[in-house]
Amino acid sequence: MNAKLKDIFLGPLNSNNPVVVQVLGICSALAVTVELKPALVMGLSVTIIVALANVIISLIRNTIPNSVRIIVQLVVVAAVVTVVSEVLKAFAYDVSVQLSVYIGLIITNCILMGRLEAFAMSNKPWDSFLDGLGNGFGYAWILIVVAFFRELLGSGKLLGFQVIPESFYQAGYINNGLMMMPSMALILVACIIWVHRSIKKDLQDK
Amino acid sequence: MKFIKNIVDKIKPTFSEGGKLVAFHSLFDAIETFLFVPNETAKNGTHIHDAIDTKRSMFTVVVALLPAMLFGMWNVGYQHFVAIGQEVSFFEEFAFGLLSVLPTLLVAYVVGLGIEIIVAQVKKEEVAEGFFVTGFLIPMIVPVDTPLWMTAAATAFAVIFAKEVFGGTGYNIFNVALITRAFLFFAYPTAMSGDQVWVRTRDAFWWGAGSPVDGFSGATPLGQLATATEATPAFSDTLGQAANFWDAFIGWIPGSVGETSTLAILLGGALLIATGVASWKIMLSVFAGGAFTALLFNAFGPESAIANLPWYEHLVLGGFAFGAVFMATDPVTAARTEVGKWIYGFLIGVVAIVVRVLNPGYPEGMMLAILLMNIFGCFIDWCVVQNNIKKRIKRVKQIK
Repeated sequence: MNAKLKDIFLGPLNSNNPVVVQVLGICSALAVTVELKPALVMGLSVTIIVALANVIISLIRNTIPNSVRIIVQLVVVAAVVTVVSEVLKAFAYDVSVQLSVYIGLIITNCILMGRLEAFAMSNKPWDSFLDGLGNGFGYAWILIVVAFFRELLGSGKLLGFQVIPESFYQAGYINNGLMMMPSMALILVACIIWVHRSIKKDLQDK
Repeated sequence: MKFIKNIVDKIKPTFSEGGKLVAFHSLFDAIETFLFVPNETAKNGTHIHDAIDTKRSMFTVVVALLPAMLFGMWNVGYQHFVAIGQEVSFFEEFAFGLLSVLPTLLVAYVVGLGIEIIVAQVKKEEVAEGFFVTGFLIPMIVPVDTPLWMTAAATAFAVIFAKEVFGGTGYNIFNVALITRAFLFFAYPTAMSGDQVWVRTRDAFWWGAGSPVDGFSGATPLGQLATATEATPAFSDTLGQAANFWDAFIGWIPGSVGETSTLAILLGGALLIATGVASWKIMLSVFAGGAFTALLFNAFGPESAIANLPWYEHLVLGGFAFGAVFMATDPVTAARTEVGKWIYGFLIGVVAIVVRVLNPGYPEGMMLAILLMNIFGCFIDWCVVQNNIKKRIKRVKQIK
């Protein structure tokens, strides 16, 4: 992998992260991160959808008339989202129930339209595929970190398994109900942004 | 005084740049400026000076809080011994309350000031005095049985996310003590509401444990009214006997530590108004807004106990008076313009009663009302200023 491709793939994971740097896709990050499992599935779904949609749009980018490009992009995304949604319903029904409308709403996820419009429309399929993977994983790892803390502190579990021992509860520990609310997800995302910018000082606003 | 000053001056070089204990500079500075008014003057520009600085005005607030705090401590002990059916002397009741409340006070100060000092040290600033009052307020607005680790977690959350991220004392949008309470309320609802938390039946430092007597009910009057099945606005005290306006005004009812006695709160309020530290306009308009809304609900509201509660009882129950006198008047988060203060206070009163009456899930509306209006404080000011500008432009045009 040469330097440019490496940059396309690794950029969105860190210095150009869609969630903590571009602040896109926040609504779904708040909605699906109460538990780790739906967050994992959501992150994976978005990754697959961005990568596939990016490749398809990149392949047909020279034939799309400029005036209707947004509609074409939407149709492609909608098709891929529908496929992923049906696959989830077939093989992971309980998770798809938990995610409810949010899988369908990936169509309107800002990250997708952003990548299609800004990258896939003007780059080759392989580059677009890597870009899609990178952005999908960049989105996914933030979701996973947020969901990790929300599930651990909010219900004392991880992936549905009890992690905080019973003796803690007997000693008076109580799960933090605020973690189950979307407002805490926003504060956790803010904390990630805080840590991220403390490490990468070039991202700090002057 | 001279003696203390000599000690302070003597150890000062140790904490200054190049001294051995420079890491504790912030702490030293905080204590020094607390003991003595700093001897520094502004170096440039024109300034209007007042003899009173922030530390002195914060200290006035703490003195104003003392009546409510002392009464609250006594009330904690009184409620406890009534609940377990023991007759003890006044001083034993007070001592029990003191021992119950003091740990919370210490935890709030240690956690909050600890964070403040660390931040001040990192940012190379002075320790701001805001937490002096906040730390005193926190034990007064929570139930006596709030576990200490929850108080610590909530205080840390509030100081970091409601204060330091906005830039420290004077820059916070929300009242920090209320954010502490809001965090506790939403994160640990079982420890902050219901009828088990307001009266301590367990021991304080292995002293005075007992089991509740028959007929004991630990619910606050507002809690009783919110869950009442009949529409008559009646509430009772800890032993289930009917209580009235004067019981609530003097304060021997269950509730958060500092909020029960309206009388003690008004004493503090009088001191705040006399010294000019807090705005009487905000206090008055909060009460006016509450009374107005309560009258509206009496006339047109739903048929429930809380909606039928007379306006004067609304004002003495729960945290209404405490919020009006000590929380709404927080100069950082309240509106600044004179007209704005009236609007701001009035709306707090309105929202508090609306929350109480229309949402039985929140028997106490004051916290949410003040936090909501904290957001609009600046906006109200902006509208008032813009309106004034418009009026003046109009006047100028008329003259031309």
